[in-house]
Amino acid sequence: MLTIKNLQAKIDGKQILTGVNLEVKAGEVHAIMGPNGSGKSTLASVLAGREEYEVTEGQVEFLGKNLLEMAPEERARDGVFLAFQYPVEIPGVSTINFMKTALNQIRVHRGQQPLDAVSFLKLMKEKMKLVEMDQSLLNRSLNEGFSGGEKKRNEIFQMAMLEPKLSILDETDSGLDIDALKIVANGVNKLRNKSNGVIVVTHYQRLLDYIIPDFVHVLYRGRIVKSGTKELALELEAKGYDWIKDELALA
Amino acid sequence: MNKDNQVLEELTSKEYEHGWTIDIETDSAPKGLNEGIIRFISAKKNEPEWLLEWRLKAYRQWTKMTEPKWPNVTYPPIDYQDLIYYSAPKQKVQPKNLEDVDPELIKTFEKLGISLTEQKRLTGVAVDAVIDSVSVATTYKTTLAELGIIFCSFSEAVKEHPELVKKYMGSVVPVNDNYFAALNSAVFTDGSFCYIPKGVRCPMELSTYFRINAANTGQFERTLIVADEGSYVSYLEGCTAPMRDENQLHAAVVEIYAMKDAQVKYSTVQNWYPGDKHGKGGIYNFVTKRGLCFGDGSKISWTQVETGSAITWKYPSCILKGDNSMGEFYSVAVTNNYQQADTGTKMIHIGKNTKSRIVSKGISAGHSQNSYRGQVKIMKRAENARNFSQCDSLLMGDKCGAHTFPYIDVENNSARIEHEATTSKIGEDQIFYCLQRGIDEESAVALIVNGYAKEVLNQLPMEFAVEAQKLLALTLEGSVG
Repeated sequence: MLTIKNLQAKIDGKQILTGVNLEVKAGEVHAIMGPNGSGKSTLASVLAGREEYEVTEGQVEFLGKNLLEMAPEERARDGVFLAFQYPVEIPGVSTINFMKTALNQIRVHRGQQPLDAVSFLKLMKEKMKLVEMDQSLLNRSLNEGFSGGEKKRNEIFQMAMLEPKLSILDETDSGLDIDALKIVANGVNKLRNKSNGVIVVTHYQRLLDYIIPDFVHVLYRGRIVKSGTKELALELEAKGYDWIKDELALA
Repeated sequence: MNKDNQVLEELTSKEYEHGWTIDIETDSAPKGLNEGIIRFISAKKNEPEWLLEWRLKAYRQWTKMTEPKWPNVTYPPIDYQDLIYYSAPKQKVQPKNLEDVDPELIKTFEKLGISLTEQKRLTGVAVDAVIDSVSVATTYKTTLAELGIIFCSFSEAVKEHPELVKKYMGSVVPVNDNYFAALNSAVFTDGSFCYIPKGVRCPMELSTYFRINAANTGQFERTLIVADEGSYVSYLEGCTAPMRDENQLHAAVVEIYAMKDAQVKYSTVQNWYPGDKHGKGGIYNFVTKRGLCFGDGSKISWTQVETGSAITWKYPSCILKGDNSMGEFYSVAVTNNYQQADTGTKMIHIGKNTKSRIVSKGISAGHSQNSYRGQVKIMKRAENARNFSQCDSLLMGDKCGAHTFPYIDVENNSARIEHEATTSKIGEDQIFYCLQRGIDEESAVALIVNGYAKEVLNQLPMEFAVEAQKLLALTLEGSVG
């Protein structure tokens, strides 16, 4: 569903991505790992369409469309979801209201009727359970005063509501204690199915104990330098990233 | 950001929705202002001698006063001799009930989304419709009369309840209070009057809709609300005007008088024509609004959503005279293009244990200037007075301005005053977060702005809150920068 070819991008004149190649098929979970500053979050942001990043080279095809030509909201409506590393606070706007606006704009885009209040509430209650979310939290202003764990759970809740085709989880594990991590991972696992693709961006192997990836890629200096299966993640955990750097230096 | 500029462009080219005019025959005074004109207005309205005297006194005071120059607004000098001070829709007979009202007028208000036909109204809101300074219809009069509530046009009140009008008119805003209040006192043509008797809780929202239609005409209406002991009323005010190239003057006076334990809630959604996107035309909205918490334990609450007018100059205020009385001011003021707003409140604490609360949310976009100006005054005998003020400004784009002028004046050491102020820009992070969830940019801004103003919008009665939200979105959609 997603084909990335030689993707290069920069921000503020600084080259971050130097040629990423990646293919994600429906039903697959890909983990992208790498040391700090390797370009993991940049890749996630470029796929979601953040304006600050300038794509200098390469192509991204998503479900047969040129993703790079699409506006961020069009990408979202076509099924690209980004779980933010730092979810944004919007004072005075409840998560419920926010989700209702989002879901109905997406539904209209898909040629469906907007959901009425009753059906929306029913859907919401169902999805809340996935991430063990309390409704009182959803009545509050979006992410305002939420703990780190609550924010991340809210991201997965939104993912469940919008039923994306491609989900990109940007360091969803950062700042989570082990219980919150399990809840979040559990939610993601329940949403996995044959027609969806997931990209998990993470610094640590820890999350991958709970979300088992089909493929693991190492991003270093803006490109994928090594790919493998979940064993690669374990190896990284045991040996750190330095051996990859050494390997590259030798080559 | 190029895209943002583009959206800003689109937004600023949005047309004012109520810019149409209607063909109604009007009965007007010649241009200009002198004692003759005042006598003409008074005669047209068959007024008693005492009211004519009152007007003339105000006029003489006005001629000695000068226009205030301290607001943070600029406009070319107003030629007060080039205005028409009386214009009334011609009606063959004075309407006794709705069936007698000119169908054209009924149509006008229907166009505004205000049905004057009582049975058609979904919610119980009694309406007094004022067009070009003259009240044309008041609904639900009989229902209200059964409770002893008087709700009628000002002219009618002068005829039917002269003792009340005589007693309370000018008691909160004296004729010489300020330049525009004096002008209004001299030439006001109509408005609404409301009296809630002792212990009565008004069962429905009372509402006045103002519409300026005629050209070159100033609108000068007065509203007087008297809430007797232990009574309660919620009052709404809405207004629109046609698009015209020349500026039009609106100088209204609103007086609220609250006796012991009475509560008055006054809500305004102000949508006068703001002028075009180059700043041509629009209403000069120079309004004096003041409430007197005369009795102990009384409460007056102002809520305003200001989206229209080329220039807004108004400070709905509370004089907290009674012990334990309370004043509130909730405001959202939005300016776009070349609009200018200098608005805020005054809370004058006189009685013991008086409390006031100010929540002001300014939103500036385009080339507009938005100022909050507020005064909190604690007088000597106001033991244990409390005030909380929150003044927030939100900026969109980099060509607009937001200003805050708080004045605090304390003469009693037991007072406790809190003032908080913030200035922020709509964050690109917030917008992107919305976009990433499939929400388009215009809806995203509407969502964020409505969230920002929520504390104030929550104060509005239901029917108004929805309208106000739409209005905010319409005025500001997409103005990100």
